[in-house]
Amino acid sequence: MSDAVVTPLEGVFAPLQFPEPGAPRQLNYSVAPKMSADGSVAGDFLEVAMGPQHPSTHGVFRMDVVLDGERVVKLKPVFGYLHRNHEKIAENASYLGSMPYTDRLDYFCSMTNNWAYALSVEKLAGLQPPERAEYIRIITAELTRLVNHVCLVGFLLQDMGALGTPLMYAFREREKILDLFEALSGSRMMCNYMRFGGCRVDLPAGWLENAKQVVENFPRFLDDFENLLSANEILIARTQGVGALSAALAINAGVTGPLLRACGVNYDLRKVDKYGIYERFDFRVPLGDHGDVYDRYMVRVLEMRESLKILRHALRDIPSGPIMDPKAKIRGFRPKIGEVYGRIEGPKGELGFYLISDGGPNPYRYRVRPPSLINLTILEDMCLGRNVSDVVVILGSIDIVLGEVDR
Amino acid sequence: METLEQIKGRITAIIPGARVDLIPNECPSNQPSLLIDQEHGVRIAEFLRDDPQLRLDYLSNVTGVDWPDTIVKEKVKVMKLVEGVETEVHGVVERKKQGYLEVVYHIYSIAHKHGPVIVRLRTNDRNVAVHLPSLTPIWRSAEFQEREIYDLYGVIFDGHPDLRRILMWDGFEGHPMRKDYVEPDDYEYEPTPHDEVLERARSHQARNAVL
Repeated sequence: MSDAVVTPLEGVFAPLQFPEPGAPRQLNYSVAPKMSADGSVAGDFLEVAMGPQHPSTHGVFRMDVVLDGERVVKLKPVFGYLHRNHEKIAENASYLGSMPYTDRLDYFCSMTNNWAYALSVEKLAGLQPPERAEYIRIITAELTRLVNHVCLVGFLLQDMGALGTPLMYAFREREKILDLFEALSGSRMMCNYMRFGGCRVDLPAGWLENAKQVVENFPRFLDDFENLLSANEILIARTQGVGALSAALAINAGVTGPLLRACGVNYDLRKVDKYGIYERFDFRVPLGDHGDVYDRYMVRVLEMRESLKILRHALRDIPSGPIMDPKAKIRGFRPKIGEVYGRIEGPKGELGFYLISDGGPNPYRYRVRPPSLINLTILEDMCLGRNVSDVVVILGSIDIVLGEVDR
Repeated sequence: METLEQIKGRITAIIPGARVDLIPNECPSNQPSLLIDQEHGVRIAEFLRDDPQLRLDYLSNVTGVDWPDTIVKEKVKVMKLVEGVETEVHGVVERKKQGYLEVVYHIYSIAHKHGPVIVRLRTNDRNVAVHLPSLTPIWRSAEFQEREIYDLYGVIFDGHPDLRRILMWDGFEGHPMRKDYVEPDDYEYEPTPHDEVLERARSHQARNAVL
């Protein structure tokens, strides 16, 4: 090869420059000197962008982390990569027109998103779903909770390095529930099932038997799962005492859902608001003690067991009858002037919809209260002083879905 | 829980000079709200959080709402010369009603398990006096939500620790959730530096399209 041949990359990248011994240190923007007490440079703070394309961020999400060695000294979450202004689109669509769009908020839990939106509009327009529709809503919402929690545990273990196996176990169970959703609504994930004042279609023939079968088999899977995980040495080492959160800070920062209950705060909207017909069901609210990642994992596993209790009860007692409020109008739906805030206990926390009606066919203001976004407020507080590997686990335990964070 | 009238009475008794108005809500949801003034906003929020009877320790939801300027037509009687005789006739007077930006806070109590108490703050207008006190020092949960309202509506929260854009990118111009926002026809149009091309490029920008 002659000397005249130039490789294409030459000239594109500047050649590496090594500083002269004793020369002043050249610092680029991402490195700041860490000064020791006597004024000499004792090391570097390193600024690292974790994400947006990073497998542990569960989507397109970035954390600007400043590191002192392996320790986190500052962390700023950056998001908006998936922002499509859901609220503006909904303000320009009819009330029913944004129902399919709510599926895309938190795409793991489309049934609870539907329910939260339907509940808010029903409060605004004064509609009351009939008995059977309320039962169907509770059944689908609790199945959604199972889907969400079981996947979260799978992803959390994936983040800890248990590649594949727990997640595949979780997805196998999720698939059985998604089959039920497909039989019910025609779609596995984007269900678009609830309507204002009821549900879109009635249960197909044989659905209840299939659902009972899934619910009967689920505890056996949970026992297996827990036998493998709950006392696992690696899981305990990676999660206990990691990301601990105090109850006072959690309440002040608006943290809701399993995160709040892992801190020992007894606040479950199914018990507090008693929306739907939850007061008829006998279930307990699992609480944590330390507020760390292990407690969040445990609270979710126990919540699944309580959900199964509700499901068994609801599948046994579901009455026959209509599934739509006869007062509900599909066409020409114009609620009176006013405003409403409706909220439900979604699998990730309090999911609320705030609507202002000006008497027109579309909402004047449509606001989603996204639990994932607000639970991220205390991400920095939980990560400070921890290692980078813990940041991944802590983020995994918050349970975010970027479709909901960015909206 | 106390009614909003009682809360209003206690606020005005404890905080001298505070102006609190009750905003009714006629629809079936029956969620009336309190409009509080900007100067005493933080003080009132502190009272709501710390009062032992209310203990509203959990701020759930913060919403921005845009109410644009409207033109109100009023029928008035005016004196007018009709064929040399001054007579009273009906006329229509158009009056501009100043628009404003509004921030709505839904506050609950986890300690007493009651709520919501809905509190509103309003700016004086939509363009210049868009400052409101930030309630983030009282409730941390307002941090990201107030940033979002700053980003999408352009309300400037005084006292917010970290007021930056949150969903739109840095360098974005305008506030997309406002009712009169016109989106540019091409976000990614990159002009080449020639006179007539630059002229054309300007028409692609939102603020020029409005003017």
